[in-house]
Parts: sequence; C-alpha cells; structure tokens
Amino acid sequence: MSYIIEGKTGNWEIVVGLEVHAQIISQSKLFSGSSTTFGAEPNTQVSLVDAAFPGMLPVLNKECVAQAVRTGLGLNARINLQSRFDRKNYFYADLPQGYQISQFEFPIVGEGTIEIELPGGETRQIGITRLHMEQDAGKLLHDQDPARSFVDLNRSGVALMEIVSEPDIRAPEEAGAYLRKLRQILRYLGTCDGNMDEGSMRADVNVSVRKAGEPFRTRCEIKNVNSIRFVMQAIEAEAARQVEIWENGGEVDQETRLFDPARGETRTMRSKEDAHDYRYFPDPDLLPLVIEQDWVDSLKAALPELPDAKRARFQQEYGVTFYDAGVLVAEQSVADYFETVAKGRDGKLAVTWVTGDLFAAMNRMGRTIENCPVSAQALGKMLDLIADGTINGKIAKDVFEDMVETGESPDAIVEKKGLKQVTDTGVIDAAIDSVMTKNADKVDEYRSGKDKLFGFFVGQVMKETKGKANPALVNEALKTKLNG
Amino acid sequence: MLTKLTLTEARAGLAARKFSARDLAKAHLDAIDRLNPKLNAYITVVPEQDVLTAADAADARYAAGTARPMEGLPVGVKDLFCTKGIKTTAASKILANFIPPYESTVTARLLDAGSLFVGKTNLDEFAMGSANITSAYGAVLNPWQRKGDEATALVPGGSSGGSAAAVAAGLALAATGTDTGGSIRQPAAFCGIVGLKPTYGRCSRWGTIAYASSLDQAGPMTRTVADAGLMLEAMAGFDEKDSTCSNRPVPAFAQAVGKSIKGLRVGIPAEYRAPGLSPEISAMWEQGIAWLRDAGCEIVDVSLPHTKYGLATYYIIAPAECSSNLARYDGIRFGERKDAATLDGIYEATRAAGFGEEVRSRILMGTYVLSAGYYDAYYLKAQKVRTLIKRDFVEAFEKVDVLLTPTAPSAAFAQGENMADPVQMYLNDIFTVPASMAGVPALSVPVGLDSKGLPLGLQIIGRHFDEETVLSVGGALEAAAGFAHTPTLHAEAGA
Repeated sequence: MSYIIEGKTGNWEIVVGLEVHAQIISQSKLFSGSSTTFGAEPNTQVSLVDAAFPGMLPVLNKECVAQAVRTGLGLNARINLQSRFDRKNYFYADLPQGYQISQFEFPIVGEGTIEIELPGGETRQIGITRLHMEQDAGKLLHDQDPARSFVDLNRSGVALMEIVSEPDIRAPEEAGAYLRKLRQILRYLGTCDGNMDEGSMRADVNVSVRKAGEPFRTRCEIKNVNSIRFVMQAIEAEAARQVEIWENGGEVDQETRLFDPARGETRTMRSKEDAHDYRYFPDPDLLPLVIEQDWVDSLKAALPELPDAKRARFQQEYGVTFYDAGVLVAEQSVADYFETVAKGRDGKLAVTWVTGDLFAAMNRMGRTIENCPVSAQALGKMLDLIADGTINGKIAKDVFEDMVETGESPDAIVEKKGLKQVTDTGVIDAAIDSVMTKNADKVDEYRSGKDKLFGFFVGQVMKETKGKANPALVNEALKTKLNG
Repeated sequence: MLTKLTLTEARAGLAARKFSARDLAKAHLDAIDRLNPKLNAYITVVPEQDVLTAADAADARYAAGTARPMEGLPVGVKDLFCTKGIKTTAASKILANFIPPYESTVTARLLDAGSLFVGKTNLDEFAMGSANITSAYGAVLNPWQRKGDEATALVPGGSSGGSAAAVAAGLALAATGTDTGGSIRQPAAFCGIVGLKPTYGRCSRWGTIAYASSLDQAGPMTRTVADAGLMLEAMAGFDEKDSTCSNRPVPAFAQAVGKSIKGLRVGIPAEYRAPGLSPEISAMWEQGIAWLRDAGCEIVDVSLPHTKYGLATYYIIAPAECSSNLARYDGIRFGERKDAATLDGIYEATRAAGFGEEVRSRILMGTYVLSAGYYDAYYLKAQKVRTLIKRDFVEAFEKVDVLLTPTAPSAAFAQGENMADPVQMYLNDIFTVPASMAGVPALSVPVGLDSKGLPLGLQIIGRHFDEETVLSVGGALEAAAGFAHTPTLHAEAGA
C-alpha cells in the first residue's frame, strides 16, 4: 500500500522502523529470583540484586534465554550461539545499578523477517534487524505526594526482548499490521503476553520522510508509545511535522521525542546534544553467553504451530477461505476453539457457526473465547446433532441461544424441550393434511399454477410441527400431496 | 604468646585444651584495645560480648569433639566483605552507616568453618590505593619502623593495609584480603606476612563490594604459608551466585605445603629486572633463586614481553569497571544522601561528599576511557593487551611450573612519600599487576629484612588453579628464609 503526503513541493513518502520492547514471560527476572507478577504492591518483588546492593551479582535466568531463542526462531531469525551482555551506563532514579545490562554489540538473535498482511490481502516482508535481551528499569511514581517522587522497583530487572525492525515500513497502517503480527507471534510462542496497556509491550518509533528515490533523511525517535493506535497516530503526526519543516526550508534535528495522544502531536524529549553517552562495555560480572545448537534444535522442535502455518493448514484441512482462516488464527485461543469444533466434522459448517453465531453472542455479552459459556466440545456436539438429523438448522439456532444462556449441553436442551426433529412421516402427513384443510383456498390457487405458494405451505407445516419437522421430508410429502 | 601463634598452632592448642577460645579471643580484643588507636587497623571492632559468646560456643564444640577447621580462630575481615549485621563501609563515607542484611559468600564460609570475627579491617577507600592512605577513616600505620628512625610513620601498603597491619601486629591470627592489582600481596610484603591472591574465580565475589569485577579476588593474609592454605580451603569453592566463580573442586591446600619441590622448574622473568629496582630487593631476589636452586629446582630464564604494558593496561581496565560499579552509590536506596533540588543535584552532592579524591579520580578516568570516541583507543586496546599479557603467562607456564619475582619494588615507604605524583604511587603495583591481569594465582612470602630493618617479600606466581604448586614452592622458600621477625609495634612487644 502506498501512503503519500502531498506537500507543497511534491509527494513525500515515510520511512519507519520500530523497536519493540517485549516483556519476556518468565517466573523470575532476567538476573534475579524475584517474581515478575504484574500488579503487586510496590517494592514487594525486589531482591538485593534488583536494588543493586553492594556486592550483589547478576545470575542469568536460563528460561529467559530459551524464550528469546524461541522468539528468534518464530521470527525466522538467525540464532547466535555466542552472544554477550554489556552494561549501558546512565544515572536515573529508576535504575538502581546505574547501568542497564543489555546486549549491545552481540545480540542473541540476528536477522529475520515478519510477513504482514494489508487490507485487500496484499502481503509484505518486514525485515528484523536483531533481537536482544535486556533488563527493564523500575517505575517512578510522581503522583503520590505533592513534593516527593517515589520509586517502585518491582519491574527493575524484569527481562525484556528488544526487537528491532529494518526501516522497511512505509505507512502507518503497515506499522499497525507489523505490531499486530508481532504480537500474534509472541502470543502463539508464549514468550510475551503482548498486553500493551500493562506495558508488557511498548514501541519506540523511528520516523523520517523523503521524496521518492532519495536516500534516508534525518530521523526522529518517538519513545515508549503504548498502543498500536497511538503508534499509527504518532507516525502520521511526526511525518506531517517533518514535511512541514523540510518544506519551509528548515532542517529536521535528530532527536528523541514523545507522543502526546491528547493533542495528537509529538514534542521534544531530548535533543541530540543532550543524548546520553552510555559508555557500553562488556559486563565483567557475566561470562559470554554460549548456547549449543542441539539445545536450539530441541527448542525449535517443541515450538507451537505459528499463525501463518496454521492459517494455511486450516484452509487445506477444513476447506475454509483464506479470509476466514485469517480471522480464526488471529488469536490462538480462537484457533484452538475452532479446531476442537471442526475436527472430524464439516469444517465449513464449523467456521460459519464460530465466526457467525458464536462471535455475535460473545460480542453481545462482552465475553471472550476464554470465558465463553459455550465450550468448543458443546458446539461440536451440536453440529453432530445437526449432522445426524436429530435437529435441523433452524432448531439449532434456538438450541445454541439456549446453550449461550444456560451453558447446558445441546443434548440436554433438545431432550428437555422436546426439540428432536420429527421424522415420523405419519406425523408429518397429519400436519400437512391439517394445513391443507385449513387453507383449502390456497391449495386451489396452488393447483391452478401459483407455484410460489409452496413456500407458504412449508412454513405452515413447520409451524404446525413447532419447527421440528425434518424439512426434507416435509418438502417431499408436501409435493406429493399438493400435486396429488 | 597467644597473639603470636599461627592458625595451625592455635588450632592445635585449642584442640589440646592448652588454652580456651575465650582466652584466645580475649587476648586479641585486649591487643586491639591497646594498639588499634595507634595503628588504626580496624574500622569496626565486633562488640566484646559478641566475640566472647562466639568463643564460648567454639569452646563447647572443642569439648564436644565437633570443632571445625577454623574453630575459634580470631580473624580480621577486610571491610569490603559484607557482614550481616556488622557495619560495612569499604572505608568510604558514602557507606558510613551501611549495615548489610546479608553475609558475603567468603565470610559465610569462614563462619561455617568456625572462624571468630573480631573486626572489620581498614583499607584504601573502595580498595583503591597502595598505601592505605585513602581511607575515609584515616590512614593505617605500619607496625614496622625503620631502625633508628622510629618517628617516621610508614604505610602498611594497600589496599588491604588494615588486614596486613592487624596480622603483623598480633591483632588477629589471620585476615581476609582482596586483591585487584596487588592489594593482598603488596601489603603482605610491606608488613612481613604471607598473602595469597588465588586464581580469579577460586573464591566467590558475591557479597564483596566490587572495585574492578574482572580482577577482584579474595584471599588469605596469614603468618605462614601453611596457614594461607588452611584459610583458603575455608574461603574457596563454587558459588552459583557468582557467574565467574569456578566449579572446580577445592583441594586440600594446606597439604601442599612441605611437599618436595625437587625438579620443579622456576622461571625468572627478564622483564621484572626493572631499572630502578632497589639493589637490596635485587639481592633478595637472587637469594630466593639460590634457595630454590638448593631445594632442587631448575632455574629457567623466561620472558613475559608484555609486562611493560601491565600497569598502563590495569589503570584503564580497573577504573573503567569501577566507574560503572560505583554508580550504584547514589544515595537513593542506602548509604548517605545529600539532598538537593533536583535528582542530578542529589547525585552530585551525594557523590561529591561521599567519595574521596582517589575514588573520584578513578571514576573520572574510567568514565573517560569508556566515552564515545575514546573507547577504542583506551578500553578496547587495553583489553587486547590484557589478552597478550595472559598469553605471556600461559606460554611461560609451558616451560616452567612457577615464576619467582619480587613482590614490590621497595620496602614500606613513609606516609607522605610517593604522594606528589599519582603515577609514582601506581608504580608500587608494577610486579603484582601482571598476575592480576592474567588471573593466575600469586603468593607473597616474607623472606628477610632490608638494611633499615623492614621486611621484604618475594612473589611466586603459578598456573591457573594451581595454587598447590605455588604453596609448595612458597613453603620451601619460607623454610629456607626462616623469617621469624616481628614488628616493633606488636601486641607482645616488650611483654
């Protein structure tokens, strides 16, 4: 897709690269045994290491390394068997050590790619430059006291992955698609929960603009944007700002900026002159990180099926469309639900029910698939009742609504309400006779050529049988009787 | 005589019930009472009641036959090791009131072995110095005095100057030290005691306040080589809390002392015959060579060509690491804070007031060599040279089993000397720094007195994790030298 800013001097395109900070799912922090649970009371998940007491030393959490490797594999990226931790030195009250342990020079994961899908079904490859592990900082609380600030170190030392993209993104929509796809992959892998509102996924956005065919111009980095919508808005606002500067004969300064969602604009956080000199050097408290190819292979073998592969398989295995498959795999829980319903049944019928009635019911009730009152097994059972002729499609709608409301099994509902389809031809014949008797005038009209009335008779018979009659049998018998 | 014993003798005396742990502790506390005001070897002395309670528990263990290797032995702990419930200052004002809620691995092991801590010994602030004159709690006095010039105050060396002075003067049977560029060996030589810097990774660094993480190593400071072996056994071993700590088993180090050294090859590195080396030290070195030859060693000339870059490299790497390691002393979470209107203001005021001049200067040097535009020329280059220095040693150890060198270029100097030019002070570490850069074990053994009656030490350097051979050779040197002198200022002087 092309996103063009029409300026006074011509058309501008935008160049965007994203640095995503994704909190690694792990029981404990990157270099200490403290818990990582979100939402605990301030300073209750802080070890002496996290608070940087004298003489404390970091010890690498192997599970975090495994999570980073899994993520690298999920991004089709090169895994570096040897990597290293460096110290990034700066002073701030949320950084107890006075340095952040990060992988500056030798990250654990190298180049990879993410395929994004754009409206209209077009796909694009966005390059991944690298992924590295680093410590998160603590949190400053400025709103607790008029005169003082407080520090909460619960987050201090929590493991992050920084995932850096190539400057391949050319539209705000692409940035959105990239973030959604990345989040989807991380969630499938179980390496990051991707909850941007809890801060477990945040993005730094690098934006520049240029005329077609030009080399890159100066970029600005917009720090810590915490929703996909804001990322897209920030890109638009920042690109417009830069175009205006260039077109007025000015020069864009390389600087760090913040996005203000309330005003829809970016503003300076730090100019280049104020940029920190982080004095990176290898952390002497940690040995170089060396991992074995065998271990990487075993992690690879145990990886879950990722969205792209699952989508292709759903199309092939269950005969669903590319579009529907995309909807189904958007969230792993939905994909799992669908697959439980569809396995060994009519896949097309399954997708109709899942993306139709089920989604509608969940929307209506504000539920998600995780707390949906209708289990996948129950919905599957209902499809079985349709398939074996116990109920017809129309009754199924009522049964389903009942399931949503009561959470009962479809068999129980069918049994209790006597909704079992009527296949007894005697009963159907009697109903037809009754309808024909009551509507003798219409029978005459039909017989004199008004074929369209057939539907009317079907409806009346179904009404007579409270909707339970097998529609195929009704059709057949009606035809015989009316034409007889 | 209780304050003149070796660890081994005291252990035997306690086991034989010739004296009690309480007697032994009391003798040391009395000695500290009398001499510490003059020597300033201890920053903090453990309250008498606590020491005596622990001594009584040790006596009970001797009575019950459950005494451990260091049971009831009074030990001084360098005030760089965090000790649970006992103030730990690193000789800095910035930690003036810091009482750690945890025990360092090394001191925890010493306690587990039964050691009795009598106090926290003085040092150069954050272990930065070679004369123990940078302590925020005052300089340490060397208990040795120049013959005929008793009025001149001499330095004990540094940074473990308090530990060395305490052991030399009878204020502890032994003490822990830490060595980054010579901080155990040089003060041991200046005070006439034994000091061992083990292989990097032999002792855990967990809970020891960091100066330069890739160099810092804890070790024993004792009266005999056998004692150094005994104490190292109690200190060393794998610790999962320190990623750089080795998981090799800990040998019975004390048993290495007394083993025959016949046939061992002893290397004499040509580069250590530095110009300006005092003739007395040169002569002592020759004497050492002769003793080892007489003991059946083969003397081999070797070359460590990158030695000349050792000091320059050290004074890039160590400050670089310290500039980062000391960033945590910001007044926010512990230690002394100086308030100011802004966060940066708090940092500036706290650190300006809390750090002494030498520490500030090393932080500045370290910040400089890591800065953008200077990193490659200084830090990166120094790391490369460090690799070459290490290779020198590895190659030398293909030809020889140990190296023999002087420990320091001079005997103890006077307070106020070597002060005008910091580089002059840094030259004190010229013989000790290369082994630190290479991470190999090195031992200083007192072998004689110079013409002014001051002790001189020789250094034995060994292969990585081969402390045993170093101790065997050190034991032979000790036996040949028969060094039995005590300093003028001693707990039992004139007694």
